[in-house]
Amino acid sequence: MATMVEIVPGKPYGFFTDTSVCIGCKACEVACKEWNQLPEKDVAFLGDSLDNTGELNGSTWRHVKFIDHVPDETMGEGNGRAFLIMSDVCKHCQHASCMDVCPTGSIIRTEFDTVYIQEDVCNGCRNCIAACPYDVIAIDEDEKVAQKCTLCYDRLQGGMEPACAKACPTDSIQFGPLDELRETANARLARLHEQGIEEANLYGADDEVYGGLNAFFLLMDKPEVYKLPSAANAVLPGRNNVSGYLGWLVTAILAVFTAFVARRQRNLESAEQDET
Amino acid sequence: MTLLAQTEHFAGDPHWTWWILAYFFFAGLAGGSYFLAAFLRHWGTPADEAAARLGFYVALPATLVCPLLLTFDLSQPLRFWHMLVDTTPGDVGLNLNTGTPMSVGVWALLVASVFAFVSFVDALVRDGKVRIPIVRRVTGALVGRVWDVIGAVFFLFVAGYTGVLIAVSNQPIWSDTWALGGLFLASGLSGSAALLLLLMRYRRDAAPSRGFLEIGERLFAALELVLLCVFVLTLIDNRTLDEAFDLPWIPLWLIAIAGMLPGLISLAGHRLEPTPGGAVAMAREKASTFAPLLVLAGVLALRAAVIFSAQA
Repeated sequence: MATMVEIVPGKPYGFFTDTSVCIGCKACEVACKEWNQLPEKDVAFLGDSLDNTGELNGSTWRHVKFIDHVPDETMGEGNGRAFLIMSDVCKHCQHASCMDVCPTGSIIRTEFDTVYIQEDVCNGCRNCIAACPYDVIAIDEDEKVAQKCTLCYDRLQGGMEPACAKACPTDSIQFGPLDELRETANARLARLHEQGIEEANLYGADDEVYGGLNAFFLLMDKPEVYKLPSAANAVLPGRNNVSGYLGWLVTAILAVFTAFVARRQRNLESAEQDET
Repeated sequence: MTLLAQTEHFAGDPHWTWWILAYFFFAGLAGGSYFLAAFLRHWGTPADEAAARLGFYVALPATLVCPLLLTFDLSQPLRFWHMLVDTTPGDVGLNLNTGTPMSVGVWALLVASVFAFVSFVDALVRDGKVRIPIVRRVTGALVGRVWDVIGAVFFLFVAGYTGVLIAVSNQPIWSDTWALGGLFLASGLSGSAALLLLLMRYRRDAAPSRGFLEIGERLFAALELVLLCVFVLTLIDNRTLDEAFDLPWIPLWLIAIAGMLPGLISLAGHRLEPTPGGAVAMAREKASTFAPLLVLAGVLALRAAVIFSAQA
């Protein structure tokens, strides 16, 4: 089990989620809801594998995804991998799309280098929802503001690790200083590769995806399988600022030109009518 | 040709629906009307002044409804002012995030509202509807070519930035194209020309500007068509064309295209000549209700198709 982590403001912290040891117990979901007092809403049988949570939303900040890989044909011993399981959460991106587009200044980076929504500042414009590439943020139906994982900001301020990591029985979710987590992750990846599990890969541990993710993952398949954008697809919404404004500007110039053409034609016609 | 790389989308949709659709519609009309009014006043003939005032009369109500629609769309409407003031404890101050068109647009809308109000009052003064001498002196000193040109620039921005706003996201369709800002601007201008043509029946002294607005509407419709083609090409390149033109949205696209037809057909038939007078003018008077309404329906349908298809 993980040892106690000393939490010091000014140092970057995060999660390393090792999906290869996740057993899908959902203790993280429960712990998150309990600590953050998030209500369980619309409990239903979704008929989607073992998943009855469905998605991350305003009142679900941890979601255990079950990616059903049950093959049609009978598999031999050792290759009957039925599920990919991943406890999903806000990635606390270094280049955070939500922060980039927030018009109210509600989304801030904390002293622990995590991304946090100030609920008393947010006015629920939902621009962050349109921007988040991971479909993490949603409007909390009770508070009427955008919500997501805070990486247990209040617990960190009290020197405690986040509730989900504390509750995880297999250490699939590990909390700690980012540099230490990366060392742990690289060692684990190397061990899996030695064991011949070549498909294992780290997602977000380096700066290729959104400048690095404070909540990064060891995945057992390609990122897209987990509905995570690959490094090539990890683009910021701001990429369209220049081209979008340029398209508007060119059109505006053409519109002014068009107005002058219309005026000229109208005046020519009026002059002809005056002559006749 | 594209300026954007192909992107795979996993983002959730922001549930921007009817309030935002209405906002995009009125922003387009407010922007187009103010621009046309300013142009007619300063680059038209003295006979165009009546139509210019008509444009300023349209611009103010269309502008004033915009912040209301935006506020109603917020999950916390009473915090609308957080768009302008950062209320972060210990860091309170004015808010302008140039990285997001939403923030830039809110400020542009605020400034444009001032221009719309002053130009509206000025039009009332010039029409003799307001006879308060102080108003005449103030607007007389304030409202000149420079004022109207600056106002027109802000309003051109208001008419088109909404397209940039949705492009600056990670949503399918919206973020796959750079053409939406221009497309919404061209569509707003075409709709505004149609709206002013429609309203001219209530202001007969604006009739001399009919030729300008007719030709303008045709050219704006042609510009809109070109930008719609660019929009389609960029979506093909990003493989989201089928999402944008999926079956439920086809009727909206058809209305949007039908809205361009009055201008495009006139362009094909009369090119850049005003519609002739005589007996044809009488038929035109009858058609002058249907065609502008069709153009306005097209303006609305275009925005609805873009907004809803990406969030399906």
